Amino acid sequence: MEEKTFVEDIDRSLYDFRNEDKDAYRIEEGLTKEIVEQISREKHDPEWMREFRLKSLDVYNKTPMVQWGPSIEGLNMDNIVTYVRPNTKMQGKWEDVPDDIKDTFERLGIPQAEQTSLAGVGAQYDSELVYHNVRKEVEEQGVVYTDMESALNGPYADMVKEHFMMLVPPTDHKFAALHGAVWSGGSFVYVPKGVKVAIPLQSYFRLNAKGAGQFEHTLIIVDEGADLHFIEGCSAPKYNVANLHAGCVELFIAKNAKLRYSTIENWSKNMYNLNTKRALVAEGGTIEWVSGSFGSHVSYLYPMSVLNGEGAHSEFTGVTFAGHGQNLDTGCKVVHNAPHTTSVVNTRSISKSGGISTFRSSVVVTNKAKQAKSSVSCQSLMLDNISRSDTIPAIDVRTADADIGHEAKIGRISDDAVFYLMSRGISEEEARAMIVSGFADNVSKELPLEYAVEMNNLIRLEMQGSIG
Amino acid sequence: MAEELLQVRNLQVNVEDKQILHSIDLDIKPGETHVLMGPNGAGKSTLGYALMGNPKYTITGGSIVFNGEDITKLSVDKRAKAGLFLSFQNPLEVPGISLSSFLKTALEQQRGVRIKAWDFRKELRQAMALLQMDNKYAERDLNTGFSGGEKKKAEILQLLMLNPQLAILDETDSGLDVDAVKIVSQGIKTFQEHRNGALLIITHNTKILEALHVDKTHILAQGSIIKNAGPELVEEISKHGFEQFLQK
Ligand SMILES: Nc1ncnc2c1ncn2[C@@H]1O[C@H](COP(=O)(O)OP(=O)(O)OP(=O)(O)O)[C@@H](O)[C@H]1O
Ligand SMILES: [Mg+2]
Repeated sequence: MEEKTFVEDIDRSLYDFRNEDKDAYRIEEGLTKEIVEQISREKHDPEWMREFRLKSLDVYNKTPMVQWGPSIEGLNMDNIVTYVRPNTKMQGKWEDVPDDIKDTFERLGIPQAEQTSLAGVGAQYDSELVYHNVRKEVEEQGVVYTDMESALNGPYADMVKEHFMMLVPPTDHKFAALHGAVWSGGSFVYVPKGVKVAIPLQSYFRLNAKGAGQFEHTLIIVDEGADLHFIEGCSAPKYNVANLHAGCVELFIAKNAKLRYSTIENWSKNMYNLNTKRALVAEGGTIEWVSGSFGSHVSYLYPMSVLNGEGAHSEFTGVTFAGHGQNLDTGCKVVHNAPHTTSVVNTRSISKSGGISTFRSSVVVTNKAKQAKSSVSCQSLMLDNISRSDTIPAIDVRTADADIGHEAKIGRISDDAVFYLMSRGISEEEARAMIVSGFADNVSKELPLEYAVEMNNLIRLEMQGSIG
Repeated sequence: MAEELLQVRNLQVNVEDKQILHSIDLDIKPGETHVLMGPNGAGKSTLGYALMGNPKYTITGGSIVFNGEDITKLSVDKRAKAGLFLSFQNPLEVPGISLSSFLKTALEQQRGVRIKAWDFRKELRQAMALLQMDNKYAERDLNTGFSGGEKKKAEILQLLMLNPQLAILDETDSGLDVDAVKIVSQGIKTFQEHRNGALLIITHNTKILEALHVDKTHILAQGSIIKNAGPELVEEISKHGFEQFLQK
């Protein structure tokens, strides 16, 4: 009982299977003007996009490396392959997807989930989508859900052009610039006025290629009074070289509309996850972020809500689990930029086996945001003495009547609680996993059942072998 | 002679470096009900914890044999699986785990098979009805925000669901209102009579014992059992207190 041994390698076989690279096209390593031009050609960009990419590359070259936060020294852009096209066109039927890729998504449970509980699915493999399908009923409601490439050249081209990297401009930070230059894949969603999509849409991003980067762009526009739940999942097998994820998510929530954006992120532990997500919320609109971060070697992830219309509301519910060798810097930002805007941040972070989990929150209340209200609560659980958990709150208030609350708690698993559960016949490992899952229930109870189960399985995986 | 279910011999228990229990001997046969009384701080809860295997309570000498197996060094979960149960004096709150999913996991671990959701719910409803518990409690987080009395009822619910061979009840009656004492006492009686369960009831109050059959009574004071007797001792203690026994 007293003796505890730490086994660092847990069984990740569920996620950690690799396919042989059979890509149709793989660009050279590194980042040059030629490479960017080539990606643009491969993707049949409209001219404005080609220019956008080149400008972004310029910005990238002029912007210094990130100096704060976890070290990204292990990431050398000269070694990253920015574009790998899978050996298939995008298909509308799973039967038409090549077997090895289809198997991958089957092992991840995507086609099964689509059958039972999703309104539409997009599946990205390396740099491009290999499958995309929306239920007929949803399509008949006028909902547009397609890959970005089609969107750029289809009937919604103008809408895409108007919104693309408007919320996250390439000048925002170095990896936003990188994204602007080499982005590929991702989804475009438009929900027309008043349309309420009853069950979620999902995009799944799988990075299979060794030493590659994934730079998908997700653009979602929820029009007035509409309602959508979008789920994003991601995973990759582990390699001994660095992989990079620098995606970008831009969400536009119109007047009285509502969007829930849920993510279960489970990148492999050689991944640098430098992802940028932002939502712009108009009057009476709501954005709800639900976020589970489990994977990656290093993460910088701070979804941001800009509350731009009166009474707009943002809710962020997150859990971050940092195990051995992981440095996960996560958090959330809220900008209150209109009267009576409200925000709630509720996060849990867990660290184990030397993992580092840092939670940053930033709440800004501009002078336009009369009677803004915000509450931030962050709880951390450290599973041993070698792990770290920090909370870094920042609050900037420019009004006299804001109502801002912040609370942070750090704890450990109570031995008495473990004893209590064990006294009912539950093993020590199971008891600890139950307590950790319970701690993370702020997120799991917000997820559809299948995803909550998957998240608890991930926690169980992380907890495995931590006891002798 | 019936085989002993529990056989405690010369048990010595430390908390940190302090000896709390000195030399405990205790025998309980299958289906027997024993009452353990004694002043505050005597070591009653310590005995319960030590029998259940709480790692904070170090056994420095003696042995615990359960069903013929020496369990002195066995881990807590294995003792539970062997048929031992402890109703806690202060049940722990575990946020994020519902009472029902916790109980289902516990039952599955005990039985070693998956239980169908439907069968489980039926069993749970029955036990809850017996204890006059609202079904809603099953979906609440384990003991979290439960009142003192509700926690105790939830302990007896677990007892009825897990159906052990020996249940140690550590002041299950304290904090219960008059009606709740009756209900809980009915629950314990069900365990006693219909399941032939053995009991070690730790209490300061005789109310809970009124409807129950008692076989033996023990007084624990300052870490030692100072008196073993039949059921009549309960009455005597409730009338005259421990004073007379302590003087000897
Ligand atoms: N975890 C612990 N740490 C320190 N001291 C302890 C601990 N547990 C028990 N003790 C001490 O051991 C002694 C016996 O405590 P125990 O809880 O067993 O008494 P009890 O007979 O159950 O009393 P009560 O009737 O008040 O419940 C007390 O002096 C108590 O302070
Ligand atoms: Mg006690």
